[in-house]
Amino acid sequence: MKHEHKKVLFEPLLENNPILLQVLGICSALAVTTRLAPALMMCVALTAVLVASSVVISMIRHHIPGHIRIIVFVTIISTFVVLVEQVLRAFAFDLANQLSVFIGLIITNCIVLGRAEAFASKHPLLPSLLDALGHGAGYSALLIIVASLRELFGSGTLLGVTILQPVSEGGWYQPNGLMLLAPSAFFIIALLIWAVRSWKREQVEKPEFRISHIAQDDRE
Amino acid sequence: MQESNSTVKKAGPVRRLFALPNEHPVKTIVVALILCLICSVLVSTAAILLKPRQLANEELLGKQREILRAVGRYQAGMNIQAEFSNIETRLVELATGEYVSHINADHYHYARAVADPATRVEIAPEADIARVRAIAKYAPVYLVQEAGETRLIVLPVHGYGLWSTMYAYLAIEVDGRVAGISFYKQGETPGLGSEIANPRWQAAWRGKRIYDDQGTVRLALITAGKRDPDQAEFQIDALSGATITSKGVTHLIRFWLGEQGYGPYLRRHFHVGGGQ
Amino acid sequence: MMENYLSLLIHAALTENLALSLFLGMCTFLAVSKRIDTAIGLGIAVVVVQGITVPVNHLIMSHVLGEGALAWAGLAEMDLRFLGLVTYIAVIAALVQILEMVLDRFFPPLYNTLGIFLPLITVNCAVLGGTLLMVQRQYTLGESVVFGIGSGLGWALAIVVLAGIREKLKYSDVPAGLRGLGITFIITGLISMAFMGFSGLVF
Repeated sequence: MKHEHKKVLFEPLLENNPILLQVLGICSALAVTTRLAPALMMCVALTAVLVASSVVISMIRHHIPGHIRIIVFVTIISTFVVLVEQVLRAFAFDLANQLSVFIGLIITNCIVLGRAEAFASKHPLLPSLLDALGHGAGYSALLIIVASLRELFGSGTLLGVTILQPVSEGGWYQPNGLMLLAPSAFFIIALLIWAVRSWKREQVEKPEFRISHIAQDDRE
Repeated sequence: MQESNSTVKKAGPVRRLFALPNEHPVKTIVVALILCLICSVLVSTAAILLKPRQLANEELLGKQREILRAVGRYQAGMNIQAEFSNIETRLVELATGEYVSHINADHYHYARAVADPATRVEIAPEADIARVRAIAKYAPVYLVQEAGETRLIVLPVHGYGLWSTMYAYLAIEVDGRVAGISFYKQGETPGLGSEIANPRWQAAWRGKRIYDDQGTVRLALITAGKRDPDQAEFQIDALSGATITSKGVTHLIRFWLGEQGYGPYLRRHFHVGGGQ
Repeated sequence: MMENYLSLLIHAALTENLALSLFLGMCTFLAVSKRIDTAIGLGIAVVVVQGITVPVNHLIMSHVLGEGALAWAGLAEMDLRFLGLVTYIAVIAALVQILEMVLDRFFPPLYNTLGIFLPLITVNCAVLGGTLLMVQRQYTLGESVVFGIGSGLGWALAIVVLAGIREKLKYSDVPAGLRGLGITFIITGLISMAFMGFSGLVF
């Protein structure tokens, strides 16, 4: 595999994670992560839509008129989202019910439209495919981490299998109710951002405002 | 834009069109039309091909499985359809409590009947304790038959909690005690209100009485501190941290088992609810 | 009737805040909340767009796409609900585009303040989410107007609150790794916990 291809594929995992650094596709990362199973389904659905729409957009990139390009992208993306939704409702009834409106909201997931606009509409087929896979994987990695933490500490289970026996079922673990509520997802993602940026220091944002040391100097 | 047009003159109309600059109005419209055509064909094909399967899912998993759960007969991996064959679906006119025979109960669609002005029954706001706004004139009941006798009555009920409409099947013994309940669709707060979907909590419903001797619905969710030992057979533990969801559940039971709901039906056919 | 609408308005704006309890429109919410004035501009744009698109999509749903909605055209058996998603997003994109042109032509000052935010709104999942929730909950036309405006107001309120905090926050000494995005997530989490307190607000 060529070097730039590798870069396109693996960079979104950690160096340029869509959620942690590019602030894209956050809604679903927060809303479907109370349990791992729907989160996994969401990852598959999003990656499928992302790959399919990137490939198609990359194939027809020379024929998309500039001023209607956004609506062209949205139409292609929503077609794939509807396909995914129909398939889920036919073959994964329970998960489709749990995800409810969030499958439909993949249409407005900024990762998909963002990659269509920024990458697939400007690059040939293979790099677009790899870029889509990479971003799907970066998104999925984060969703899986957040969902595992929330399900494990919030209900003591993983994929429905009891790991930490909760008190209500005769065990010792007192489930942390906060983990099931919305705000915990924000806190977990914030801590993940902190962890990644402590390791990859180049991702740290520059301060907008620096406290000057003049005052201190004056006192001396 | 970037396409060259030196070879265009000899090419056919299709190639000539695609060789037009992208911003050309004709090309813009043609591209948009082709795109719409392909997308709509894809979407419609998928929808038509998958529709039978989706409807079957809805019937099998959305309804039959949940009814079996409510009566405590569901096990993972079982043949739902075979088990469901012991359950008879009948249609009831809520106001009179009589069975309806001029509509096929198996193909009755409750939500559609609510939407249809001919069968829609508006509920006055002050009487609408379960916040359902309107119900249908006819509603289905599911009767569990054993040896030619009705053993359990399963009633579909719904009402509004904190965030969402909660849907459940309530199974009742012919003597008016609860046999089980299954909340199958709800969007209450995860970890608090959505514990209504927890089978352990639902198990506490079994054997509770619904009506007192005067025929009033007394079954209610009561917070731990406020329980009255003399009334224990009417009382179920409220969900901790979910006051409004618990109130919503109490209200939906009161509504659907009261005079506007299945009250007249249960009284007429099972002498449950007393009063007369 | 009036009480019903008022209750729905408060419900949509506070207890069921699109941004803070349903997490819709988060990308724009986090990205465009650095300054109060831009947050107010975007907030107003969302209110306007929500107030128009939710009722318009309601009309389309109830007269064209819904089950039996085409009865007026003699096609009572038609069920086009599978086209819902594609249609709603197209309607949103088209309405936003039209709104942009109308503002540009007739209200230039307003266009100058809101114009740059309008394209952002097409991909704001709060707007599509508002429509999908309206469909799921089967609101009437009147309710969908109230719900659209209320949910838009709630989203606007949330982003203005966050922008206010972030403006002050830039003077504080945040650990390097949390600076910017990290601390914003934590603050959003805290605001959303505060908004959970509104859940007792039921009429």
